[in-house]
Parts: sequence; C-alpha cells; structure tokens
Amino acid sequence: MLSRVAEALFWIGRYVERSEDTARLLDVLFHQILEDPAMDEIAGCRVVSAVMGIEETAASSTWLMEHLGYDRHNHSSIVGSLCSARQHARSVREALSAEIWECLNTAYHELPARVEAARGFGPSPFFSYVRQRAAMIAGLAQSTMSRDDAYDFLILGRNLERVDMTARLLSARIYAPSPYEEWITTLRACSAQEAYQRTYQRSVEGQSVLEFLLLDRLFPRSVIHALIVAEDALARLDPASGRTGSADEARLALGRARTDLEFLPAEDLFDGLPARLQRLQATVSEASDAIGRRFFAEAAALDWSLEESRS
Amino acid sequence: MGGLLDSYRSTAYDEMMAPDGWPHEHTRALYDALQLLSITDLEERCAARDRSFRNQGVTFSRAGEEWLFPLDLIPRLLPAAEWAVIEAGVIQRVRALEAFLADIYGPGAVLADGVMPYSVVATCANYYRQVTDLEPTNGVRIHLAGIDLVRDETGTMRVLEDNLRVPSGISFVVENRHTMARVFPGLFLEQHVRPVAGHLGWLLEALRAAAPAGVDEPTVVLLTPGVYNPAYFEHAFLARKMGIELVEGRDLFCRGNVLYMRTTGGSQRVDVVYRRVDDDFLDPVLFRPDSVVGCPGLVNAARAGNVGIANAVGNGVADDKLVYSYVPALIEYYLGEQPVLPNVPTYRLAEPDVLADCLPRLDRLVLKPVGGSGGYGLVIGPEASAAQLDTARAAVLANPREWIAQEVVTLSTTPSLEGDRLAPRHVDLRPFATNDGEQIRVLPGGLTRVALRAGSLIVNSSQGGGSKDTWVLTTAPQRLPEHTRQMVEPPPAVASRLPDQGPRGDQVGQQQQGGTAC
Repeated sequence: MLSRVAEALFWIGRYVERSEDTARLLDVLFHQILEDPAMDEIAGCRVVSAVMGIEETAASSTWLMEHLGYDRHNHSSIVGSLCSARQHARSVREALSAEIWECLNTAYHELPARVEAARGFGPSPFFSYVRQRAAMIAGLAQSTMSRDDAYDFLILGRNLERVDMTARLLSARIYAPSPYEEWITTLRACSAQEAYQRTYQRSVEGQSVLEFLLLDRLFPRSVIHALIVAEDALARLDPASGRTGSADEARLALGRARTDLEFLPAEDLFDGLPARLQRLQATVSEASDAIGRRFFAEAAALDWSLEESRS
Repeated sequence: MGGLLDSYRSTAYDEMMAPDGWPHEHTRALYDALQLLSITDLEERCAARDRSFRNQGVTFSRAGEEWLFPLDLIPRLLPAAEWAVIEAGVIQRVRALEAFLADIYGPGAVLADGVMPYSVVATCANYYRQVTDLEPTNGVRIHLAGIDLVRDETGTMRVLEDNLRVPSGISFVVENRHTMARVFPGLFLEQHVRPVAGHLGWLLEALRAAAPAGVDEPTVVLLTPGVYNPAYFEHAFLARKMGIELVEGRDLFCRGNVLYMRTTGGSQRVDVVYRRVDDDFLDPVLFRPDSVVGCPGLVNAARAGNVGIANAVGNGVADDKLVYSYVPALIEYYLGEQPVLPNVPTYRLAEPDVLADCLPRLDRLVLKPVGGSGGYGLVIGPEASAAQLDTARAAVLANPREWIAQEVVTLSTTPSLEGDRLAPRHVDLRPFATNDGEQIRVLPGGLTRVALRAGSLIVNSSQGGGSKDTWVLTTAPQRLPEHTRQMVEPPPAVASRLPDQGPRGDQVGQQQQGGTAC
C-alpha cells in the first residue's frame, strides 16, 4: 500500500487511542478529586500535566480540562487528537471502510456540542462519549476491514499508543499526592476492575494492580498484551524477516521491552518503577521513529528542480 | 389545506408543469405525491438529509471550508422517450469529439479540408503541442465526458458546453440517489426509475481498458491534487467505490519512462492514471515547472506507451468554447450525420463582421471566455450593469479570440424548495458518458444542477448552485438478463432449528425454583 496512506492509518490508530486514554486518565483524576477528601486538586493536576509533558504549570482542574480535554490545537488533548485522527482519515478515506469514516466524522461534528455540555454539566458524560466512540471505531475496524496491511498499521498505531499511555497513566498514579492508595479508580480507568477481580479474587492493592496492568498477558489493555499485539502486527507487515533474528529496529525495541517485562519477578516490580515506565515511553517513541524510517520514508520530495531565470 | 404546488407558476418552460397549468404526463405521479406533502414533513426530511451528508462527509470545499453539497429534495424527471434522444445525442457528440481530437493531434485533416480554420486551434490556450502524435493506449482520449445540456423556452434540449478534461459531479449523482432513497422512499413508489450506481463499474472498465498492451491486471490509480481540492470528496468517493488507489503527486515517480508509486513494500508499477489534476499541473517537465501536484515524466511515460492517462492530455482543445461552435460541423464532417442535439446559437467574436454585429447588442447576449469553466468570467447581458458591460466590451475588443457570445437561453425551471414553499428554479443537466474503446455508455440521468437563487441562470456549485436527483423513467421495470433470472426461486429453507436450551435445562430450572413448596 501507499506509504502515505500507511502513515495516515498508523496515526489514526494512535490518535484515536490517545483521545480515549487521555479521557481515561482525566477521568481517574476527576474521580480522585471528587471522591477523595484528602486529595490536593492542584498537586494532582500538576502530576497529570507533568506525565503528559505539558510545560506550563496546571493552575486548576478547569485549566487542565481546557488544555488536555478541549483544546483543538493541542495534539495531545482529547478533542485535538480526535480532530487529527479525522483529518488523517479524510485524506485516506478510500483506505478506511465507510463505516469507520462516518463514525469518526460524526464524532468530529458532535464534539463542539459535547464540549459545551461538558463545560456546563461536568466532564463525565464527555469522557464516556469519547470512550464509546473509540470502542465503536475499534469494533468497526474489527468487523469491516480486511486483514491486510491497512488493518495492521491501524492496530500497530493503536497498540503502541496504548503502551505509551498506560505507562503514563501508571506514572500519574504512583505520583498521585493522595494519602489513600485508591487503586480501584486506576483499574476502572482501564476498564480492568472486573477482570482484575476475577483474576486475583482478593481486595485491590497496588502491587497486584501494577502486576495486572503491566504483566497480564490476557488482558487487552495491559502493557505486555499491547506490546505482543504490536509485535505481531509488525511481523505480519514484514514477512521477509523469517528464520534468524530480525533486523527491524522497531521489532527489536518492542521485543526488548517485552522480554524485559516478561522475565521480571513480580516482587521486583516496584523497584525503579518510575524509570521503567519512562523507559516504556522511550521504547514507544524509538519504535515509532523506526517504523517511520522503515515504512513511511517520506517521498524524497519531487526530484524536479525549478530553475527560475532572474533578469 | 392546499398543496405545496398550488400557487406554483413559472415564466419559463417548466419540467413539471405543462403550460396549461397541469403536470406533464410523466410528472403526474410525482405531482400527486408532492401535493399530499406538508411543509413540516419536507423540512424534517431536509434535516435528515443534512445529518446524513454531514456524517458521511459529503462535502465540497470552498475557500478552505467544507460545505454540504446542497441537494434539493424534489427530483427532476425525464421520460423514457426523451432520454433516448439525449442518450443518442451525447454518444454522437462524444464520437465526433474523439475523432476530432485524434485528428487534431495527428494528421490534421479537418484543418486541411477547411472545416475549421487553423487559427482556431493555433490560438487555443488548451491546445498542447507537447502531445502531438501521442497515441493513447487504446485510442481513447475521452474516458469520461460530461456534456452540459439546457432546455430552452420551447422545450428543446440544447448542448451548452462540453467537458472533456476532468468533468466532475458523478459522485453526487450516485450519492444523491442513495440519499433520496434513504430520506424520501415514498416518492419512489409508483415510479420506475433507472438505477445509476452501476455506472461507476463502467468507468472502471473504461479505465482498465486504457492499460498498456500486454497488461492483463492493470494497476489503476486516481491522481488527486489533495485534500484541499474542492472536489476532493469526489476523488475519494470514486477511488473507494472503484477500489483503486487514491494517490497524490508525491506518491508517484517516473524512472526510465515507467510510472511507479511509493508503497510500504517498495515501488509498484502503475498502468493507468485517472488524473483529476489539470493539464497545466500534470507534468512539470512539459507544463508548469512549479507544479508540485503532478508527476515529472508522466507524459513521456505515456508517450512511451507505458502508462494510460485518462482523460488524455490536451482534451481542452475540444471543449474550448470557440471550437464548440464548430461541433455541429464536426459531427457532419467525421460521422456524416446531422446533430441529434443542437447547440445554443453562438457568435464567434474572432470574426470581425460577427464582432461588429454583436457589439451594439451585448446587453442582450451572454459573453463567455472560451477557455473558462465553472461559470467564472461569464457576463449575462440583460443582468449586467452598464459598467460591467463596458468592462466586458473592452475585454472583448482587446482579445476577441478569448470570447464568444451566445443568445440568452432562459433555462427551464422545476419546483425547488424555497423557504416554506416550492418555487420554480432554473436547471441544467449534465449527463456523463464513459468510453472504453468498444462502447460509449451514458449514465441514465446525470447531474441536474439548479440555481437556488430566484431568477438566477448560474447553476455552478462554486457559485451557489445546488443539485437534484435526476430520474430517468422507464415504462416498465427492466427485465433481468436470462442467466440471473434462474435464481429467482429461493432454495427451500433448512428445516427445524432446535431452540436453544436457555440458561438452565428444564429439570435444573424446576428444582431451582422448587425447594419445599408447602
């Protein structure tokens, strides 16, 4: 498929996932502020803005919401990433199924009204709306797209972003300035509470939540699951690399990160956790760059030079 | 409560109502259906249409913004007998213009025989010497044509202009029908309307037929200037519906007179380019050197016979408006036939005595720049101010070859929604024809464009025009071809599926409910 189209699909995957995960992350924060009387609102907002790489200091949750929720021109905000996804989709409409395009386009047109409502009545319905849309797009991709390269690039983008954002969400959690270890909200933010309960069958505590969200191979929003799916997609995209190790830098980066986690004894999980989460984010950006070089190598801009005569 | 058409009166020929104040024979069913409608009903359907268009992104761009394509919900009807004439006329015209293009970029017999003066071609801005003797892969230059027709005061269909370069609008024909069936299913009852969706298949066949010799499974791409082009929706729509790759100039490159596209799996050869980029921008090697939306070397690849370009480069010479005035003569010269569809009376201002004749009565004529399209630069005499006429007169005198004058045709009208009633609005008709080298086929109907402003004669969407679904009626539904008709008997259903057991088997369920009932 066309490199330009592949790149757009990769980014549609990333942006949709990013908007969803940002909604999840902000949802946790708002719940903490509301439900936890000991929570320091400003400090909480600062942590979130720090893990999301915002340079200005967050002044209040309203400020944060404007910046990370509704800002159309910020590619990391919920609205901003959905708009970017839609912009990419518009340029590659022929590669997406009509249903996916329509879903994304409808969301794009509904956003202004949703944002207005969220400003007036609180952001919760807005968060769940964004999550529903993302789920719908994922479901439509699953049921309407052929399993060709286009699908793999979409999946690849989505799962890379998921690794990155889950790492950020956990970072925000471990720095949260709350005296209570309220990990349930973190699980809920990852739609993981029930799966967690079935797996562990005991009360929620930090150690096992981290274990679950980082290391559980079966839960689709865990870091390791996302890494495995991304690796598989890359392997399908590059069938040439077969019998001996891979020369694909992206696969190397992802594979290293995966084995790093896979062979980590659960009890060592807390040691150097912040650094580990940061390394995961670095891995994602490394892999993303490598994928760009490998597959999207920007058309060596028109190799036609214009000679203008000056008189 | 009166019907929506009760106070409907048109001063021009009307597509719906006969001069006696009653509907034409073929519009009676539609008239009856419309008379039963209330304005609220119609408004709700308009809202449904807008939602559907917005969500699907059926838009065109104007000044960088996305606008919904304005579809008027009242269809325009053409009876079967009249359509047969239009179809024959369009096919005849395309055949003649194909012959003319082959001639003008080849032997030039039409000039030698004195049918058309050499100066007409030599001074045409859209005549490209660069493609002289460039033989197209399957001899076809007009893979898709859009012939604009108008109906005059007497009800005669006339050709207003030919579009042989990159005619647009076919996506709206398909999309309009789709939307009408969704939001206004009731109107289709009691009518037999010929379907339009199959035409995209014909277009794809015409494109595939343009592949270089020996290529059995050609790679066809649609070259778009990009997402900011006004017609981008159409480009993406066509690529999607035909299953071909939508490419931009930067996705393509030429090496050794072969065209490739850059893919994730390396470079892939391209056999046919359906380009929606103007000639001037298509190939910076031969045309505008500052173009970044074309592909350098494309035309040389075509000359080497390695790629088919649709529509061919240089077609603009045949839809030039001065050449237009010669088309009836061309039909006679190349085909030995009389034109089925007449032209609008046209004056060649390049001829001094004609110019002298026309200058005093510019206020009663329409002035058109010969190379223009999209309704730009048009001066409608009766509507123009004195100052506008002076400017136009000066422009014509400065360069008479650049202008033609035509008699004002009061376009026919048809009912269109205006506020809370139906009012007459002027319409034209653009039928589309595809040519795969074996057969020229005309899409039943085509795009009816409507001037949504009262009294306006300009229907272009870039100038506030809208569109209508165009229905070609058939007297009876077309019969299925023999081989598909055998299937009408459905096979017997597979009998008796076991009902599923529910969450509990009977016994378990009873015992769960039971316990000691005492």
